Amino acid sequence: MALRRVVATLMPKISQPVAETVGPVANHAASCYSQMLAGPLDFVERPQQPAGSTFRSFASDAVTALKEEETKLTPTNRISMSPTPYIKYDEHHHKRFAPGTEGRPFAYFVQTGGRFLYASAARLAVLKIVLSLSAAADTMAVSSLEVDLSGVEEGSTITVKWRGKPVFIRHRTDAEIQESAEVALSELRDAQKDVDRAVNPKYLVVVGICTHLGCVPIAGAGNYHGWFCPCHGSHYDISGRIREGPAPYNLEVPEYRFVDEKKIVIG
Amino acid sequence: MRLHNKVQLFSVINSHLISYPTPMNLNYSWNWGSLAGLMLASQLVTGILLAMHYVGHVDYAFASVQHIMTDVPSGIILRYAHANGASLFFIVVYVHILRGFYYGSGTQPRELVWITGVIILLVMIITAFIGYVLPWGMSFWGATVITSLATAIPVVGKHIMYWLWGGFSVDNPTLNRFYSFHYTLPFVLAGLSVFHIAALHQYGSTNPLGVNAQSSTLAFGPYFGPKDLLGVLFLALFFSVLVFFYPDLLGHPDNLIPANPYSTPQHIVPEWYFLWVYAILRSIPNKAMGVLAIALVFASLFALPFIRMGGGKFFILTEKLFGAFLADVLLLSWLGGKEITPVTSFMGLCCTAFLFIYLLGILPLIGYFETTVQSSNK
Repeated sequence: MALRRVVATLMPKISQPVAETVGPVANHAASCYSQMLAGPLDFVERPQQPAGSTFRSFASDAVTALKEEETKLTPTNRISMSPTPYIKYDEHHHKRFAPGTEGRPFAYFVQTGGRFLYASAARLAVLKIVLSLSAAADTMAVSSLEVDLSGVEEGSTITVKWRGKPVFIRHRTDAEIQESAEVALSELRDAQKDVDRAVNPKYLVVVGICTHLGCVPIAGAGNYHGWFCPCHGSHYDISGRIREGPAPYNLEVPEYRFVDEKKIVIG
Repeated sequence: MRLHNKVQLFSVINSHLISYPTPMNLNYSWNWGSLAGLMLASQLVTGILLAMHYVGHVDYAFASVQHIMTDVPSGIILRYAHANGASLFFIVVYVHILRGFYYGSGTQPRELVWITGVIILLVMIITAFIGYVLPWGMSFWGATVITSLATAIPVVGKHIMYWLWGGFSVDNPTLNRFYSFHYTLPFVLAGLSVFHIAALHQYGSTNPLGVNAQSSTLAFGPYFGPKDLLGVLFLALFFSVLVFFYPDLLGHPDNLIPANPYSTPQHIVPEWYFLWVYAILRSIPNKAMGVLAIALVFASLFALPFIRMGGGKFFILTEKLFGAFLADVLLLSWLGGKEITPVTSFMGLCCTAFLFIYLLGILPLIGYFETTVQSSNK
């Protein structure tokens, strides 16, 4: 406390001679800086330094840049806490835009146009990459299968490979067709009429994958004259419909059409 | 506290990529590093996508590449982007290295940057070489020739060669291991690139003037991000023109002929980016010496930061000799694609000799003769 009082009384005595020497310099620097703060940005328009002035450096300008009564902070603190954009570059061979003609609208248009192009390029790249993973032309080519049914005897079942999956084709007897048509829909877990499951009732075309968990059912087995899946005991009837066991749906009927009396194209 | 100061990951990204102090006088010669990173990313993406359709077996490889070209959606783009991407990767990296030579980027304290760079170049060369063999076209003869270089090793050379081949000739085992390495090495490259940049960030970039620039730096992100973006756009333009208009320009038609182990094409040459090495190899009549010459080239590249490789700015003689070095490498590349005649052999020998004189003689000594502009004016 006592120390502070001593310093307080001593300060004016010490600062006076300092102020006398630094004063003119400080005033000059302050005026330079305040001109930059308030004056025109165009270098040409700024008042030229009077010839013979000794202090032109950026450092000396900054040291005592203090507008009158503006703040109580020391100049260096003020500069570091609120940096200004008024950096003094060497601009003797530069030409600045006149204020208001900097061309921001044009620049922003160009940038925005560019960003639209980047967005399209990004979209294109993502699409090309993601779609390159989809089926290739050769896979698509074998996605259709032509099957000649003339070799399938009545009452027998053949299995063909279509899209990597087994497809059962059964040449049904009239008795089997009759049996399928007579089943009451209320008895079926997945109610479907037999006529809705076969384009031509004589031939049943179903995908041979059990709708439970994917095993291949065995033909001519099970309690319903159809197929039996050995994995978990699903029974399918002669129309490929689930009758007993854990499978939820009937055997899938793929998309197929008759191109001839004895020829179908699956897929 | 702001997010990029608080979260460790963001703070790392911020300090190395956004606010990293970069000399403000870098010119466009400094763009090539980021462009090389971009090409690596492009090769990785196209390569991984190609690997979904390519079959690495001698009976199916060629056909699988044709399948990619004709059946796979956008497969033709993937294949050409990958093949031309390799060429572009080398163009970018070669210019990047030339920048290093001209501006003396590898001088102390950045020796580690230079050395990791040479390792990256070596890994790139190996990766590109084995990648070129994968379509199993006539380039398989290139594989035979280069792997046979192992016979230059006395006594055990032949056994090493059989070990490399996995058999008694370049065949399915060779193709399989080439595929495995070709998939793995680019990730090694990615790691090496991170190491390369980490080594650089120890001291920061050099600058065209070759003087200490730590007092006049700019934040990397706001200034050199857009500058790098401009370089990327120009590179993308050139890349697109190559891939979509001249996709076979840099390739060799021999690679479109299925591999035939019983006859070698007349004009078998490696890809253009290896021609300078090929020329050095062929210019020395002795097989073992040829292999040693190549090894010596890379050894001298490794040694350069330690035998003084000062920069060219303000050093007029050094600049002129750099020009001579550049011409020499270009001439070597041209010679590598030519048939061997007495004239081309002699030229190859001269060019190889000058290369070694430059790397091991001129570069170290020029620093002693040519110091500064001022002293040479006296």
